[in-house]
Amino acid sequence: MTVDSRLAGLREPQVQRQKSSLFRQSLKRLMKNKLAVAGFGVVVFMFALCFIGPFFSPYADNKINMAMMNKAPSLQHLLGTDALGRDILTRVMQAGRISLTVGLASMVLSVFIGALLGAVAGYYRGIADQIIMRIADLLMTIPGLPLLFIFGALLSEWKVPTDYRMYIVMLMLSIVNWPGLARMVRGQMLSLREREFMQAAVVLGLRDSRKLFHHLLPNVVPLLIVMATLNIGGAILSESVLSFFGLGVMPPTPTWGNMIDAANNMIDFQDHPWLWIPPGLSIFATVIAINIFGDGLRDVLDPKQKR
Amino acid sequence: MKHLMKIEGLSTVFHTEEGKVTAVDHVSFQVREGETVCIVGESGCGKSVTAMSIMGLVEAPGGQVNGGQIDFAGEDLLRLDKNTLRAIRGNEIAMIFQEPMSSLNPVMKIGEQIMEPLMVHLKLNKKQARIRAIELITQVGIARPEQIFGSYPHELSGGMLQRIMIAIAVSCSPKLLIADEPTTALDVTIQAQILDMLREFKESGGMSILLITHDLGVVAEMADYVIVMYSGQIVEEGGVVELFNHPKHPYTRGLLKSKPVVGQRLEELYSIPGQVPNPLTLEQSCYFHDRCEHCMPVCRSRQPRLEELGGGQKTACWLYEEAEVHV
Repeated sequence: MTVDSRLAGLREPQVQRQKSSLFRQSLKRLMKNKLAVAGFGVVVFMFALCFIGPFFSPYADNKINMAMMNKAPSLQHLLGTDALGRDILTRVMQAGRISLTVGLASMVLSVFIGALLGAVAGYYRGIADQIIMRIADLLMTIPGLPLLFIFGALLSEWKVPTDYRMYIVMLMLSIVNWPGLARMVRGQMLSLREREFMQAAVVLGLRDSRKLFHHLLPNVVPLLIVMATLNIGGAILSESVLSFFGLGVMPPTPTWGNMIDAANNMIDFQDHPWLWIPPGLSIFATVIAINIFGDGLRDVLDPKQKR
Repeated sequence: MKHLMKIEGLSTVFHTEEGKVTAVDHVSFQVREGETVCIVGESGCGKSVTAMSIMGLVEAPGGQVNGGQIDFAGEDLLRLDKNTLRAIRGNEIAMIFQEPMSSLNPVMKIGEQIMEPLMVHLKLNKKQARIRAIELITQVGIARPEQIFGSYPHELSGGMLQRIMIAIAVSCSPKLLIADEPTTALDVTIQAQILDMLREFKESGGMSILLITHDLGVVAEMADYVIVMYSGQIVEEGGVVELFNHPKHPYTRGLLKSKPVVGQRLEELYSIPGQVPNPLTLEQSCYFHDRCEHCMPVCRSRQPRLEELGGGQKTACWLYEEAEVHV
């Protein structure tokens, strides 16, 4: 064996280690955080349950069955039935589809709007910054829930068809949520744009759009991931609150919020707890799990925190 | 030799809370084709700001270039529109910064960052750019280019990163390379390699280099022409041999004296007494007068002009002008 080939053999493990990407390193660190992994597990479970579960349910057609009104949990109906004789477990899963979709979609939308406007404001400063951030400030000065209530009341007033309400609720939640994200992204942009590598980008003669989306935004992605994750939880919660008050997604489209609302009277509350405990627990578990997972992500991805 | 870039009366000011600071004060010089010009001086004498002004990195509202012209290949860089300027930057003029660790984007792979100017300026497609990028990595003397291509900046050492910076800078075969203290953050052995590499690229590509440094060793090694700056002004300039052998300005002499010589052990290394004056309180005087060994009354009241003293060397000092004044 020549010296060269032996040296090559020695270098091999180092080569392997260098290959690990930022993503893989982060994943490795995340796996060490047991709580975050558990949170992620619960989130995945809820998604799987809601999106796949209904296919296995014999009650997926939601037929009204007067003979089975308000029955307590049994082997036939694991979580009992509601006032119209529909299976609660199936309803919870179907409601979860809507709630989770609303949460996810409104998160995607608000991250998109927030990141874009925040990046533009922070990068260009000046008038663009003033206009965008003043609008954001305006939206932030009004507390989110009352604003959502007003929107919701308007929807009811205008008699928006129930089918559309889900999409409009997504949009409403995004409108309330983007300013926080925009503000965060803008702050990061303001400091990133002064960094030396951005001067190097200027010197390379790159276009603004390239600098913005190719050089600056990727630097904010870890932060965005964390914010986005926590945002889903918030959005699910807001949607539930709205639907509970009958201002969000309307029955017959089930959501966790309006399922609890259906049990919003003394008799159901005391005598038929299976009506409101399952959707309540679903909201609770999902939001807590998302937040724990988000916190774990932040520990891993936020460079400003000590490891 | 034809001049590639001619700077005429360049002035750059910064607006600070305490007032206006003139960081570069009526600086004029030229860089000829295939020539290496070094700007030397202490910290805070306007070397880097000169480079930044050329590249258009001085941004309002903090500061502004408020006078002069920078003629580059027939066009005034200070008066070009954004798009033309962008086509010149990175393509015809490239720049290397002092801190290789912070001049590369931490979240982009090395390869992508080398490919970028190739795709933007030379309009190569992804595949061609990739091939060229790997060639460039090899050219700057890094083994295992394929693997480096896919690494992130934090995985490489400072010396390697500076090589990558050079690879990016020379990727579009620029006519002028501005290197702002390219070796200051590196250790001495790497310094020599980096300088050799710059010289190779200069000779093979026929580019000019504007090298900014405070290290006279680097100057001696690299420069054809030397410009000595003090307090935002040029105090002396000339060919490297001339200037090192016959420094005229007391500041240049001081700089040369304070350079350690290998094999010579002194009790104390020479240093120029005092500090660079506060740019806020400059008066009509030779800015160097309070640190000068040869200070005369005229130095305190009037500013010397940069005068040619024969041999192409120019000096701004009353010591040499005074004779003429009196005659």
